[in-house]
Amino acid sequence: MSKAFKELGLDAAPLAGAMPAFCASVPAAELRGLCEQARARKARLVALWGSDETDRRAGYALHLALGFPSGLLWASVPLSREDPHYPGIADIYPSANRMQRATADLLGILPSADADRRKWLRHGAWPEGAFPLRKSVESAARFAQGPDNYPFVPVRGEGVHEIPVGPVHAGTIEPGHFRFSIVGEKILRLEERLGYKHKGIEKRFEQMTLEQGAKLAGRVSGDSTVAYAWAYAMAVEGATGTEPPPRALALRGILLELERIANHLGDLGYLGNDVALSFGFFQFWRLKEDLLRIQAQLFGHRYLMDAIVPGGVSKDLTGTAGESLAAHLARIEGEVATLKSIYDEHAGTQDRFIMTGQVTPELAERMGLTGLAARASGIARDLRVDYPIPPYEQLDPRTASHVRGDVAARVSVRFDEVFESIRLVRALVQQLPPGAIRAPVAAAGAGARGLGWVEGWRGEVLIALETAAANRIHRAHPHDPSWQNWPLLEHAVHGNIVPDFPLINKSFNLSYSGTDL
Amino acid sequence: MYQLLKQIAKTGIVTEPAPLPDAALRALEQRLGQLILKHFGRALAIRHVDAGSCNGCELEIHAMNSPYYNLEGLGIKFVASPRHADMLLVTGPVSRNMETALRRTWEATPDPKLVVAIGDCGCTGGIFGESYASCGRVSNVIPVDVAVPGCPPTPAAILQGILTAVTPGRR
Repeated sequence: MSKAFKELGLDAAPLAGAMPAFCASVPAAELRGLCEQARARKARLVALWGSDETDRRAGYALHLALGFPSGLLWASVPLSREDPHYPGIADIYPSANRMQRATADLLGILPSADADRRKWLRHGAWPEGAFPLRKSVESAARFAQGPDNYPFVPVRGEGVHEIPVGPVHAGTIEPGHFRFSIVGEKILRLEERLGYKHKGIEKRFEQMTLEQGAKLAGRVSGDSTVAYAWAYAMAVEGATGTEPPPRALALRGILLELERIANHLGDLGYLGNDVALSFGFFQFWRLKEDLLRIQAQLFGHRYLMDAIVPGGVSKDLTGTAGESLAAHLARIEGEVATLKSIYDEHAGTQDRFIMTGQVTPELAERMGLTGLAARASGIARDLRVDYPIPPYEQLDPRTASHVRGDVAARVSVRFDEVFESIRLVRALVQQLPPGAIRAPVAAAGAGARGLGWVEGWRGEVLIALETAAANRIHRAHPHDPSWQNWPLLEHAVHGNIVPDFPLINKSFNLSYSGTDL
Repeated sequence: MYQLLKQIAKTGIVTEPAPLPDAALRALEQRLGQLILKHFGRALAIRHVDAGSCNGCELEIHAMNSPYYNLEGLGIKFVASPRHADMLLVTGPVSRNMETALRRTWEATPDPKLVVAIGDCGCTGGIFGESYASCGRVSNVIPVDVAVPGCPPTPAAILQGILTAVTPGRR
């Protein structure tokens, strides 16, 4: 499989773990060449982050995760301690822009001078020139709160004015700032400013053992706790050579699909609410509440937090629990089918959904849209289908997709995925393998690497992990698919009216916490 | 339309009884007089502020708006501006990037006002604790009347916290 990487002139070594992955070291001078060739071979940028290697008598490193058809390439670019610069790649992979800026804010690793060097995660909580993720910054360090002064891009012209929204929004939503430049009701430009929820998750990981990190990983983005916990467990298992038992993998599949169903039900309700069909909100949130209560009963937590742990799972399905779950899902399936036909036939609802907030397949491909939103814009990618590892290999999961890329398409993908996930859970419950649900996690030496890569409900969640001595964490980078999709929201609203923004935003439903870290 | 009406009729009313207030959730003594509480208890306007949560607590605040809890039937309404609010419902450890926004929101809320901190992070800083980027618990930034623990607390627990805040009584 590493032949594809040989053609790129890379000496890529396979990385142990559940997903097909490879590691390679790339000199900074060859970074752009690699990215250009990868892009030409249809590889996508999954994540970009940095690390401080000065405590290992090296400098810094920039890391890229590139998704090739044959697997994930973890490319590391060593950078000097004195001058940690690299050539920026945002012109090749546009989604790299904000990741490069976040890496610069946290570690002082800078892209070349022609790159966008505006700050991203840094507001006023630490000053310019301080880099909190560097190892030399103690975890007890505090900085004086300073001014923010973020340089928004102004739009000028006759009749153009701005609407600043947030960070505290009008609804129950995570905080972020949206700067609209509008003419009349029409949106000319939207500029997002995020980072408000930055609470030092990556620094916190570095104070933890591999075991403790699982709980934190499950709280990077609360609505995707299962996806993150699985990705983290996969990374730890890869780094330590731990093999989770087959029953645990089947249970993880059940948990991940339940998370997908619950989130889609909630979103379908809110999408009805945002077009004034409050009937839809109440119906879908009733179904979601029913599901959450069953989850609490069977797995001990409404959102399934801490159910996946390194080595396996913490909760088993025993006795008739599996059957009652399947029966419950059958009831939800029937009700969702009824609600789908009501949504489909409701003229007012469809009028608001169709051709609103469109992202064309061409734009999606160019900008690197991912996950659920990408599947609604003609990019039929899904890790469960593209790299079918257990428990998905036997289930033949189907990818939901649509080509119009509007709110209606993202609604349609959600409906399809609810039905498909219910089918998957039912199949998994029926063929649940016997045996243990948890294997002991082997000890890891310093410098062991592991990758976790999971198709969460929103898209692909990645955890890149490197161990320190005594089962501690040297570096853990959690990556949310929202990094790729937030910039597309700015495009999706062009030419739409301001009152449609909440609807378009909800149709993506991106994570703030997952990208602010 | 027939199908929609049929679904409403078939669903019926699913609302459950509200939980009782629990004085153990109080972080501060009740400062508001009987007369104000009588009004708040009948028509309470809440502004939610996410000050840095993982978004888990927001999921449960959304769930509290499901028909199982019939908030508006209890006289509770979420409002779009702190200027219309009697109570702030604050989630998360307060990130330092949200510290100013939270303070300003609190200042924009007219007196008399109440603050309910939601979740383990709101109560103690939770797993994120205090750091270069996190101020920790909500009461490190603004005064908190009632704190509801849980990761995340259930909708019934959040509702109980809200009802406790508008009930006379001591800790």
